[in-house]
Amino acid sequence: MNTIVILSVTGIAAMMSDVFKLKKALFGLSLLGLLIALVFSVYDWGQYASYFNQMVLTDNYAVVFTTMLIGMTFLWFLMSKDFFSSHSSASEHYALILFSLTGGVMMTNFSDLTILFLGLEILSISLYILAGSDKGNLFSNEASLKYFMIGSFATGFLLFGIALIYGATSSFNLQEISTYVQQHNGSLPAYFYAGILMILTGLTFKVSAVPFHFWAPDVYDGSPTLVTTYMLSVVKMAAFAALYRLFINCFAPVYEFWIPVFAIMSAVTMLLGNITAVYQKSLKRMLAYSSIAHAGYMLMALASPGIASKNALVFYLLAYAIATLGVFNVLYQVHKVTGREEIKSVKGLFRKNPFAAIMLTLCMLSMAGIPPVAGFFGKYYMFVSTLNGGLTWLVLIAVLSSLIGVYFYFKVIIAAFQEPELENTAYYRQPSDFTVLYICGILSLLLGIMPQFVAGLL
Amino acid sequence: MNNTLLIVLLWPLVSMVLSLLPAKEAAGKTAFALSLAGLLLSVYLFLGFVPANGMQQVMSYAWIPALGISFKIGMDGISLLLIMLTNVLTPMIILSSFGRKIENPKAFYALILLMQFAMLGVFVALDGFLFYIFWELALIPIYFICLLWGGKDRVRITLKFFIYTLTGSLLMLVSLIYLYLQTPDTHTFDIDAFYQLKLSGSQQAFVLWTMFFAFAVKIPIFPLHSWQPDTYVDAPTPGTMLLSGIMLKMGIYGLLRWLLPTVPAAVHEYGFLIMAFCVAGVVYASCIAIVQKDFKRLVAYASIAHVGLISAGVFTLNSEATEGAVFQMLSHGVNAVGLFFIADILMTRLKTRNLAELGGIVNNQKLFAIAFMIIMLGTVALPLTNGFVGEFLLLTGIYAYHKWMAFFAGLSVILGVVYMFRSYQAIMLGSRHLSDSDFSPLTISEKTVLVSVAALVVLMGIFPSVLLDTASPSVKALLSLINAQ
Repeated sequence: MNTIVILSVTGIAAMMSDVFKLKKALFGLSLLGLLIALVFSVYDWGQYASYFNQMVLTDNYAVVFTTMLIGMTFLWFLMSKDFFSSHSSASEHYALILFSLTGGVMMTNFSDLTILFLGLEILSISLYILAGSDKGNLFSNEASLKYFMIGSFATGFLLFGIALIYGATSSFNLQEISTYVQQHNGSLPAYFYAGILMILTGLTFKVSAVPFHFWAPDVYDGSPTLVTTYMLSVVKMAAFAALYRLFINCFAPVYEFWIPVFAIMSAVTMLLGNITAVYQKSLKRMLAYSSIAHAGYMLMALASPGIASKNALVFYLLAYAIATLGVFNVLYQVHKVTGREEIKSVKGLFRKNPFAAIMLTLCMLSMAGIPPVAGFFGKYYMFVSTLNGGLTWLVLIAVLSSLIGVYFYFKVIIAAFQEPELENTAYYRQPSDFTVLYICGILSLLLGIMPQFVAGLL
Repeated sequence: MNNTLLIVLLWPLVSMVLSLLPAKEAAGKTAFALSLAGLLLSVYLFLGFVPANGMQQVMSYAWIPALGISFKIGMDGISLLLIMLTNVLTPMIILSSFGRKIENPKAFYALILLMQFAMLGVFVALDGFLFYIFWELALIPIYFICLLWGGKDRVRITLKFFIYTLTGSLLMLVSLIYLYLQTPDTHTFDIDAFYQLKLSGSQQAFVLWTMFFAFAVKIPIFPLHSWQPDTYVDAPTPGTMLLSGIMLKMGIYGLLRWLLPTVPAAVHEYGFLIMAFCVAGVVYASCIAIVQKDFKRLVAYASIAHVGLISAGVFTLNSEATEGAVFQMLSHGVNAVGLFFIADILMTRLKTRNLAELGGIVNNQKLFAIAFMIIMLGTVALPLTNGFVGEFLLLTGIYAYHKWMAFFAGLSVILGVVYMFRSYQAIMLGSRHLSDSDFSPLTISEKTVLVSVAALVVLMGIFPSVLLDTASPSVKALLSLINAQ
């Protein structure tokens, strides 16, 4: 709870900073706020405390995800200083990011469907604005509008589903719903199942799973690069945390009903995401499709619920978010220097900055799932838990689609090691430009060599 | 506790770091010296080895205990011989690149040493997961070696190679996890636990085919070979040597160590079918080799034929053929390095490997001609060369298994003579006279490599028992394990 309070206060402070002429110190203040929130979040480990009439529950699951969310946002801040200095409305941007993070944290802590809904809305509404924050850019406006329209639609589904569940069980509380479902299993009304499907639809919209992914490429591609980074790393993490928490805690007794849905969704999502990514020339759009594919792998956790898949999901999300931040750091710098976001714009990186190219390779290998980097263990844990759940066919499809993935991830690696197209000695001169990339590359490697530090947390 | 094996394993990793320290110009020499030191270490390991003792120097540390993954290594005769092969060939491969123009030499040699580390790891790993990690780790340096220093069509070819092998690897991962889930309650990746599994017929078949795919791609066994000729031709020579000399042995070793003892019943059931593929590959690749114009491509196809014979021998499950396979792995490694080096010498000197444009080199290059002759005779399995011992044992074993199989497999020797003699004739003989300016004399490093390869060909042919005695008890132990079930 402390975490939510601190984050909200930091956000409000950021909004007020214009009044007190604190704009210059805002960056440091936000980082400080995040750090304090991080400390409080870790402090909650093992406490299992309920707040606000059992509407929020900080169990270890919540702590792990909250910590990861804040940590990723912290890294994101480190690479995004420009985002705040180059726009006129910096303090609003700070506030929006912090509020959306607050929403994300609520989505990992909820034990009541209303909090889930509130969290999701706080998160989303901030993002609708952020997606359009590059006001002069047509694509940014399009992204914002599209995201808003389809996002509201999804929220509508979610709300409808919640209402139906309430109608069937007369409760919003996860624990109570779960108990009720357990007691009346077999005699539940049809609209209860309809409610599950509606909630499922609403939330899978947010994680961009096929067939509810149509908005994703345009929104991810059109939004300012740094906002896209934030969506792909932090927002995706929060959405998955919520989805998994809800289905495991609440609808576990009727798992036979929803497991096949997730299994099929997972297979289709990873195949479609990977296959479409192959054809992309723009690096940003390729990463957008690849993030859809990754959502498919993460859905495997929902197709085989249990302790193993919970840990697998945590590890996968962490590995994925770290790699994403690293790669987007490169994309952002490349865009700044060349003004383009194509895969071939990365050419010459090795020549100009060998270390950055190697770190980019590590992040890409992590995304492709090749040992010994973190992404491999993410996939590995996921495969083990799915095989354990008896879904061998799903694992085989996952293997197949990973192979497709290798093809386009390696295109980026190859480009990084090729000769540059334009000779420009001013490329990437500031070593600090790549700080986040370096951190992410090294973290990916460390997690790959010593996965046990994160893998067995829950 | 005796830690020699661990030191031998980790030495290339240490060398890799050390080789990055000195200046650009000294990178090659440093790497060479360090790999020689590694060779000495492994000679010490070889001397301390007692063939009758089975698996030796086993050590196990818990790595990810929650998942039953441990860092468990050890060696028996088969592993030891492959360690020796790796550590003998690596210095030669490094030496063979001297005098060639290599951009960014530090990275190049560091990648070769990293590759050596990964391959050694594959040969000593006794934990399924560790095996997989080393197996994949070997892929990354060779990918970059081919990508950064390869020929003009390298981007497409190396990507094809990578995806091809990764397909196999991932299927292997699936079957390793599958085996892991079959082990008793607290699951483990330990190889001994895998050996003790009692799997049903269909389970064995699933594991056999998924795992076999990985090994078959790497070896490569017909019809999964289509990545190989392009990759071998387009890779820089040291890369080709690593691929054909050592890396493909990872596949055959994988068959012996991981596949056969784990799923013996399925091997009995499908062995004949697999062997038919291997033998078909032998004939097919030999025929294609005969019509090749490019010498390097010819050697690449010859390599498919030779490893096809080795893999066929592995599936006979009798001791002659299996010992022959182990021995032939070593000979093939040595000979392939020799032949690819000859192709490289031709290319750097005359800017062509096309048989039609070559000829007459024997007239002023006696040493080169003799060395080439010896290596070629080793390749076509003339008695008193290393090729003879291996192929003789292999064909004996295959004959005992099935007469007609041996007939077709035996074609490899005859067809081998055809394409090797034909290429020798085209390259070396003829009336054309080359002057020193056309074909500059061999440098000292080139002479060293050629002479040591030729010496190995002859020595292994005359004294095969040194190696066979090392491998024999381990092979027998392995076969009794397979046939016991």
